[in-house]
Amino acid sequence: MLEGYKSRHSYGFSIARSLHIDLTLLVGLLMLAALGLVILYSASNQDMDIIYRQLTRLGVAFGIMFIIAQIPPQQLRFWTPWLFGIGVLLLIATLSGFGVSSKGAQRWLDLGVVRFQPSEILKITLPMMLAWYLNDVALPPRLKHIMVCGLLIIVPALLIAKQPDLGTAIMIVASGIFVMLLSGIRWRFVFASIFTALATAPLLWYLMHDYQRRRVLTFLNPENDPLGAGWHIVQSKIAIGSGGTYGKGWLNGTQSHLEFLPERSTDFIFAVYGEEFGLLGIMLLLMMYLFIVARGLYIASQAQDTFGRLLAGSIAITFFFGMVVNIGMVTGLLPVVGLPLPIVSYGGTSMVTLMIAFGILMSVHTHRKLLSQ
Amino acid sequence: MSRHLTIKDHAHETRLFTQRAVIAFVVVVLVLIGLVSRLVYLQVLNHEHYETLSQKNRVKIVSVPPTRGLIYDRNGILLAENIPSFSLELTPEQIVNMEDTLSALRKIITINDEDIEHFQRLLKQKRRFDSVPLRYRLNDEEVARFAVNRHRFPGVDIQARLIRYYPRGKLGVHVIGYVSRIDEKELRRIDNANYSATTHIGKLGVERAYEDILHGQVGYLEAEVNAQGRTLRVLNETPAIPGKNLYLNIDFEMQALADHLLGKYRGSVVAIVPKTGEVITLLSKPGYDPNPFVTGIDNKSYQTLRTSKDKPLFNRSLLGQYPPGSTIKPFMGLAGLEAGLARHSTFCPGWYELQGEDHRYRDWKKTGHGETDLDKAIVESCDVYFYELAHRLKIDRMHSFMSRFGFGQKTGIDLVGELAGLMPSSEWKRRERQQVWYPGETLITGIGQGFTLTTPLQLASAAATLAMHGQRMQPSVLHALQAGNDGEPVLHQAKRLEPVVLKNPAHWHSVIHSMTRVMHSARGTGRASGAGATYEIAGKTGTAQVFGIAQDEEYEADEIAERLRDHSLFIAFAPAEKPEIAIAVIAENAGGGSTTAAPLARKLLDYYLTGKEQ
Repeated sequence: MLEGYKSRHSYGFSIARSLHIDLTLLVGLLMLAALGLVILYSASNQDMDIIYRQLTRLGVAFGIMFIIAQIPPQQLRFWTPWLFGIGVLLLIATLSGFGVSSKGAQRWLDLGVVRFQPSEILKITLPMMLAWYLNDVALPPRLKHIMVCGLLIIVPALLIAKQPDLGTAIMIVASGIFVMLLSGIRWRFVFASIFTALATAPLLWYLMHDYQRRRVLTFLNPENDPLGAGWHIVQSKIAIGSGGTYGKGWLNGTQSHLEFLPERSTDFIFAVYGEEFGLLGIMLLLMMYLFIVARGLYIASQAQDTFGRLLAGSIAITFFFGMVVNIGMVTGLLPVVGLPLPIVSYGGTSMVTLMIAFGILMSVHTHRKLLSQ
Repeated sequence: MSRHLTIKDHAHETRLFTQRAVIAFVVVVLVLIGLVSRLVYLQVLNHEHYETLSQKNRVKIVSVPPTRGLIYDRNGILLAENIPSFSLELTPEQIVNMEDTLSALRKIITINDEDIEHFQRLLKQKRRFDSVPLRYRLNDEEVARFAVNRHRFPGVDIQARLIRYYPRGKLGVHVIGYVSRIDEKELRRIDNANYSATTHIGKLGVERAYEDILHGQVGYLEAEVNAQGRTLRVLNETPAIPGKNLYLNIDFEMQALADHLLGKYRGSVVAIVPKTGEVITLLSKPGYDPNPFVTGIDNKSYQTLRTSKDKPLFNRSLLGQYPPGSTIKPFMGLAGLEAGLARHSTFCPGWYELQGEDHRYRDWKKTGHGETDLDKAIVESCDVYFYELAHRLKIDRMHSFMSRFGFGQKTGIDLVGELAGLMPSSEWKRRERQQVWYPGETLITGIGQGFTLTTPLQLASAAATLAMHGQRMQPSVLHALQAGNDGEPVLHQAKRLEPVVLKNPAHWHSVIHSMTRVMHSARGTGRASGAGATYEIAGKTGTAQVFGIAQDEEYEADEIAERLRDHSLFIAFAPAEKPEIAIAVIAENAGGGSTTAAPLARKLLDYYLTGKEQ
């Protein structure tokens, strides 16, 4: 058996493992990133500068992923309350005068050297915090634990929604909910929460900013305002629909290249892909996402403690959720909330956050004690 | 409390998690199936719909204006052409501060408030990346001044466009007319597709009458556009078909000569080739320069033209309705001969009296003409003879005979707006004035006064009919059409009209003979103008009295005197036996026909028939 373990086939895995890299996940991510660059090349009108910049970002992000992967999950768990606390404090700082406004939203914190969005920290530290909390609780969680978790979710979520950054707030709430669902929360609590959520929807409407309300209305009936807010959705549907089964071919999308598609390198990049590569191309892309999610869920199921399990599972599902929200928005199924297509969209901050999350996944998987159970 | 300290059951928790992870995976797969269904709906089921929308998005049809046909006179003198004109245009999206730019531009180029107003109006209609004209027809100096300062004005540029230009200015305006911006009324009338790129349309004259031929056929570019509507490349092109060139029957040298000869007088000269109906001169004086109308005349200049008492905008040759005076006498003579009422002799004491009336109808010659027959009546223009003749003919017979020559009817010339003049009848007076016809009115109608009104064109046309012994051709301005500048001109055929057929054709000779004696006999009223001619002229002088002045018109005292003077009329054709030209001349307030109109006509006949007097 020892001989078989050291067979040539497994040799590479063992090196990868000693480097704390999950090769399967890495391959999935690299394939997706490569396809993303191909799409971005077309979406950016063949702007090599943008490709180089995205490549640099990918390099940095993958580098950070490797570094994070080296940290054992126990260490991460030890730091969790501190990291979460710092994240929330920075959020408050952003809102209370230290923040920098951009495009009508106060999302950025300027630390002199770097400008970043504290909300990005919460994307990771919130599920970490919940997993940390539930780690010491006998599962399934009881009502008291659920209430604590709810509070942990709602405070940062409201702070972020206030910036306002509805998309990130939704992602954070979702990541928290995923932790709780995975923790084995009883179904009656789930249904009760759904009911409560529906009941409080009007209140949410009241709290929303005008532009957010407009987006919801536009989502409900995009054709109402085809030149204003509905323009995005109408044009992206035209782009995807006109792509057909086989697509118009790489670099040949008229909707995207003639500037009918807004935000075509960032939030609406999926429409560019759909137009040029068609349904078949989309199937390929979706398979890549499915592959990564499946691997993530597998890693979660192999984790040796509750913290690792819940965190890894939540990260995998949140990643998938981000993709669904983006594609749902671009195809007109969901409102325009301004979330990028994970790994494919052009952009820096969320890419780094995402790779930190995948670094954690790798850490959870590669720091297992071989003699468990 | 102890329940809360329950030791974690790791096996149970692992099972629970695996269960949830499997559910999560199933949900993930179901959500993916949902997404794929949505994409199948968009990309397969509704593919054609979105494909169409995407095509509509991307392809824009841009229309290309055809080049307007040129207009030449019969000898190829260019009368209307298309010249590049430089206009100052602004592209709003490239201009940072419109106010500053406009005020800076005003310092180097003349821009008046009307230009600004016009520009602001256009600005609202155009898209931000369309260039909007601010000033038209920059002169060379302005172009140069802007070129030097160009770097200071991003988004401002000089554009060359083709605009209509009339090199002969006011000389030909009443024939050629002009083009100007399409107005709202025309917008409803025209074929919108064919005019989609056209800004100007013929308003008057030939430009209006032959608009369809001059305009041409619009062309199209199928252009790929981006979301802002900016054209990126041309996918397909249907070239515009230029309008046809027109050759007019007008002999412009002769037209210019007529204008020159009229000198200070207002009036009209119309010359026709009797055999064909070709209108070789169609002058109305004064004219006006049509070129400002092309780019949009400013209100002040327009009001000046409109209110001028010389009425330059008024096309006298087609719309001027004058009493024909004695020029109607040859036709009256024919009527008399045909009716068998032309007496061998009437005694003219210098006046005529109707039985039972005290009023004396005077002859122009107070001492009278004595015994007068028709020939003498025409040659010396005896009024009394024609009073007597009219009295015998009665108004309705006069009306029906004169109508056969086209009096009181439009000639049907190929120009728009012609007036019919008036040949009165008792029925007409009953209908229009609700009054009975008085015998005295018949008398003055017999010498071309009273209600009778004719246009210069009608007189020329009637003279041509007389020259042709009743053969009538519709007067026409168009000589030939030419497709493309190298195309073979295709001649335009004038319409033949219902001829005047006399019971006795010898009457033609008789009246024409008298008309030659007007010009060539010792007592003829036009003898001074006929003297020395190398060909035989048949002519008739006329003098039309000017009746009072409308009360609301204010004239200077000496001006009144001038404007009360008679109109000088003359009709003629030559050579008398083999006519090549018929002419009608009216010089307003120029006195008797023999003093102004006849000598003028003679010079034109000389020009046309012998080439003298260039």
